[in-house]
Amino acid sequence: MLSVALSHRFGDFGLELAFDAPAGVTALFGRSGSGKSSVINAVAGLLRPDRGRITLGDQVLTDTARGLTVPPHRRRMGYVFQDGRLFPHLTVRQNLRYGRWFAPPSDGAAFDRIVSLLDIAPLLHRRPAALSGGEKSRVAIGRAILSNPRLLLMDEPLAALDEGLKAEILPYLERLRDEVALPILYVSHSLAEVARLATTVILMDAGRVTRQGPTAEVLSDPAAAPLLGLREAGSILTAQLFAHEADGLSRLLVAGHPVWLPRLSAPPGAVLRLRILAQDVMVATERPKGLSALNILPGVIEEIRIGEGPGAILRLRVGPEALLARVTRRSVAALDLMPGQAVFAVVKAVSVAQGNIGG
Amino acid sequence: MFHPLTPEEWSAVALSLRVSFWATLLSLPFGLFVAHALARWTFPGRQILNGLVHLPLILPPVVTGYLLLLTFGRKGWVGQTLDQWFGIVFAFRWTGAALAAAVMAFPLMVRAMRLAIEAVDPKLEQAAGTLGASRGWVYATVTLPLILPGIIAGAILAFAKAMGEFGATITFVSNIPGQTQTLPSAIYAALQVPGGEAQAFRLVLISVAVAMAALILSEWVSRAVARRIGGR
Repeated sequence: MLSVALSHRFGDFGLELAFDAPAGVTALFGRSGSGKSSVINAVAGLLRPDRGRITLGDQVLTDTARGLTVPPHRRRMGYVFQDGRLFPHLTVRQNLRYGRWFAPPSDGAAFDRIVSLLDIAPLLHRRPAALSGGEKSRVAIGRAILSNPRLLLMDEPLAALDEGLKAEILPYLERLRDEVALPILYVSHSLAEVARLATTVILMDAGRVTRQGPTAEVLSDPAAAPLLGLREAGSILTAQLFAHEADGLSRLLVAGHPVWLPRLSAPPGAVLRLRILAQDVMVATERPKGLSALNILPGVIEEIRIGEGPGAILRLRVGPEALLARVTRRSVAALDLMPGQAVFAVVKAVSVAQGNIGG
Repeated sequence: MFHPLTPEEWSAVALSLRVSFWATLLSLPFGLFVAHALARWTFPGRQILNGLVHLPLILPPVVTGYLLLLTFGRKGWVGQTLDQWFGIVFAFRWTGAALAAAVMAFPLMVRAMRLAIEAVDPKLEQAAGTLGASRGWVYATVTLPLILPGIIAGAILAFAKAMGEFGATITFVSNIPGQTQTLPSAIYAALQVPGGEAQAFRLVLISVAVAMAALILSEWVSRAVARRIGGR
């Protein structure tokens, strides 16, 4: 487990935080300028904090009280930079093998496995100048993993890519998370990425941690919604793909209830993470009839959080899952909604964006 | 007019090549060090070092030659020390011509290397560090290969400058045939003798050929290296 406690000043910006990152993908989420990159640089040893203590497992990496700082090259952190930073004078193969000159030997099969996982075998003989943006990203990720690190640091690895390329890389990151047992610290300002990838999320604002916990829990907490941005607020549901149907829809099961979404690429039986935005969920006190929306989930209101504006956020319990719904305060009053009440949540099939469905 | 070169002419050509070769080779490590210092480090006296390095470019060569004579001559304090401790003598020897050529070519060499070093993105070196490379390894595997074109360009430029050096050389080590008479000194000597124009012209042609060869070589090398780095 990675433990970080930091205090650092840059001019009039102050970083003051502490968090633990367990196994899996831990996302540092916050808007630009919230200090995410400084945290990751301190973990990598590229930033020496004014005060702080960083440990990974039982190894102390930084302890300013004892005047101890392990230099970056002895930390064994695989760092995937936002701008790739491939070595222009080396081929892709040489870039990928660079870290192996210095790392303790790993099994020889790792190279072929990572190369096929990231689909970069056809690029091995090229130089970085001849790669596209998405290819560069994949090679940079592969290079970091093949240095046999103890922790993978990713600083907005997708931020420089357009939407199409992001959609191309995200599945690789999901495979990485599931197939390579390597803890990852992932910096991002995209909630969609965090929702798809992270097991733990740490929300940051102005150099401080405002909220931390398991991703599904934090994202389905109405109190965290204003921190995430109301438009972006949404919960994560675990769904199992049941069947692809003839009319172009796929049938899934969420907490035992059927949900239909536009045709997904995953095979039947696959377990998926669906991110449902709070603003795409409607609430009814009776099972609606004569409604075009296909997905009606029965649930119980767990919490109602009245916002400062005209809106309110409801958290509904649907079996083991939590679902957020954004409604108006007026509707809360008109329907006389209160915690403990049984309601029906309505989700339009077409409102779930493909980018919000992950493996 | 195109009969073969006389032994004296050959010796001037050979001496020039030897002087330029050693001047370039021995100033390479110093040039690289100074280029690094100027490109990357901040230290008190950085501007003074920068000025000193560039001084031979601006001073009249005869002044540089005279200053060399004062410091590295038999009575100069550095010259005396080197003579007593190591038996190295510069005054009126070919080694002095090499020293003069090296000093005159130094600013050009440092400039080319400094530009190359400044063009290296320190972020790449940082990335190499996170992949496990210590500072020495980062230098050997990332920095050095990336600045290699600049080092080569600087060396070729310095060699060409050394081949053409005249003023400081003739002031410092005079113009002794077979000892310190380089190609430019030989051309100058030939022009002082009535009827020496034909001889001078042959040497001029050799000068031009050497300079052209150096230019073409440096173009070719930098293009080959650029292809390697930016290539597909």
